[in-house]
Amino acid sequence: MEQLICKNLKLGYENITLAEDLSFSVEAGDYLCIVGENGAGKSTLMRTLLRLQKPLGGTIEYHDDLTASSIGYLPQQTIVQKDFPASVYEVVLSGCQNSLGFHLFYSKAAKERARKNMERLGITDLAKRCYRELSGGQQQRVLLARALCATEKMLLLDEPVAGLDPLVTSEMYSLIEKLNDEGITVIMISHDIACSVKYAKHVLHIGNEFFFGTVEDYKKSPAGSKYLGEGGHHHHHV
Amino acid sequence: MFDILIESLAYPFVRYALIVGVLIALCSSLLGVILVLKRFSYIGDGLSHVAFGAMAIAAVVGLADQMVLTLPITILCAILLLWSGQNAKIKGDAAIAMISVGALAFGYLLMNIFPTSSNVAGDVCSSLFGSMKILTLTKTEVVLCIVLSIVVVIAFVLLYNRFFAVTFDESFAKAVGTKTRLLNFVIATVIAVIIVLAMNLVGSLLVSALVIFPALSAMRIFKSFKSVTVFSAILSVFCAFTGIILSILFNTPVGSTIVITDIAAFVICSVIGKIRG
Repeated sequence: MEQLICKNLKLGYENITLAEDLSFSVEAGDYLCIVGENGAGKSTLMRTLLRLQKPLGGTIEYHDDLTASSIGYLPQQTIVQKDFPASVYEVVLSGCQNSLGFHLFYSKAAKERARKNMERLGITDLAKRCYRELSGGQQQRVLLARALCATEKMLLLDEPVAGLDPLVTSEMYSLIEKLNDEGITVIMISHDIACSVKYAKHVLHIGNEFFFGTVEDYKKSPAGSKYLGEGGHHHHHV
Repeated sequence: MFDILIESLAYPFVRYALIVGVLIALCSSLLGVILVLKRFSYIGDGLSHVAFGAMAIAAVVGLADQMVLTLPITILCAILLLWSGQNAKIKGDAAIAMISVGALAFGYLLMNIFPTSSNVAGDVCSSLFGSMKILTLTKTEVVLCIVLSIVVVIAFVLLYNRFFAVTFDESFAKAVGTKTRLLNFVIATVIAVIIVLAMNLVGSLLVSALVIFPALSAMRIFKSFKSVTVFSAILSVFCAFTGIILSILFNTPVGSTIVITDIAAFVICSVIGKIRG
C-alpha cells in the first residue's frame, strides 16, 4: 500500500528553485534512499515531506493515517544540542510530545513507550547520562529512539551516519535495517551512496540527474553507474 | 550588624523589596535557562534597553503607572526580535544591536529634553543601574509584581515539557506537530514581562545578569534539564535574597549587589563543575 505519493514537486525558497518535477511514491515498509549532490535539495525535500515548509508546486498525498504527527524524524544535529544539559531519558521522552494533545504532562503510556524504545536501541543503561557527554553514535541512537516514540509507521532520517566512524556507521545501518524489517518505512538522506544502495529498496536521485526506482534499476541507470562505479563498492567523493 | 537588619525589616518597603526581589529572581532564572539554551541571551539584553526607552516615554508623557506603556512596547519588541531571529535572511543579532542602542539613545534624549525632575542624571542612573539604595515600591506595584510572577511560574510549570521540546530541537518539535510558533510567542511575551519587572529591581543594564547567570551556573554542575532548571531557580532566589540583605547591611546599590552575588555564585559553581569533571 502506498503511504506517500509526490507528484511534480517543486522545491526551494521564495525565488530559488532547488528541484523540479519530482514524482515518486513510497510504500508501507519501503526503504527509500534519497541521494544527490550537495545543494540538490535533499534536506529541503525532507523538510517539505515533514510539512516544515511548503512546496513551491506539486502535491504530496499522505495515506495510511499518516499525519504530520505520526512521522518520526531524525534531524541533523544542531549547535544548540552540543552543550545542552539534558538526560537521555528526557530527550527520548520528548519524542512523545505529539501524544500530549491538550494534556500538560506525559502519560504513563508515553513514559512506557520511551522506556521500550530505549531498550529497543540498547540505550537503557544510558538513561540518566547527559546527552552532551555521549559519543556521536550514542547520540544518534538517542535521537533515533526519540523519533521512534513519535511513530510506528515512518522514519525520516537526515544523514544519520554523518560524522560517525566506520564501525559505528555500520552498526547504525544495521539498526535502521532492523527497524525496517519490523515494518517501519524508512526514508533516508545519505551522502554515502554505495552504502545506502546496500540496504535500501528504492533510490531517489535528485540534482543534475533524476532517478527513481528500485536499487537494481539504479545500478544499471546512467545516474547510478556514474556515482556507484563498477559493482557499487566505490566511494565517490563529493 | 543584625540590629541594622532587624531595624530595616521593620519597614514595610524593605519587606516589599525582599518579596518582589525574590519573585523576580525566581521568574528570571526559569526563563533564563531557556534563553541561554536557545542562544537568545542577547535578546534579554536588547529588550532591557527597549524597556528603558519605553520608560522614558512613559515618564515624559507623565503616566502614573509606567508599566502600562513599558510592558506592551517591550512585549511587542520581544515578539519582533524572536521572529527575526528565526528568519536566517535577516541578521538577528544586528537587528537587536540596532534596536537596543537606538532605544537607549532615544530614552536618554527624551529624559534630557523633557526633564521630569531636577535631577536628570540621578533618574537616568537609577533606571540604568537600579535604585541607589533599597527600592521603594508602591503597594500596587508590589501586588502587580506578585500576580505577574505567579502567572509566569504557573505558565512555566504547565508548559515545561513543551518548552523543553522546543528548546532542545525546534525542527523535530515542529515536525511532530507541536505548535512551535505559539510557544515562541509565549516565551517572548514572558521574557518581556520579566524584563520589565526586573528592571525596577536591578535597572535596565543589569537585567540580563539576573536572567543568564543562574542558568549558566546551574549548567556548570547539573546534567539534566530538570535539575538545571530547579537548581537555577533556587540559586537565583538565594542570590537575590542575599544580595538585598547585603545591600541593606553595607548600604550599597541593590542591583549591582545582587549581580555581584550572582557572579560569585557562578565562580563557585564553575569550580565545583571543574572538580567534578
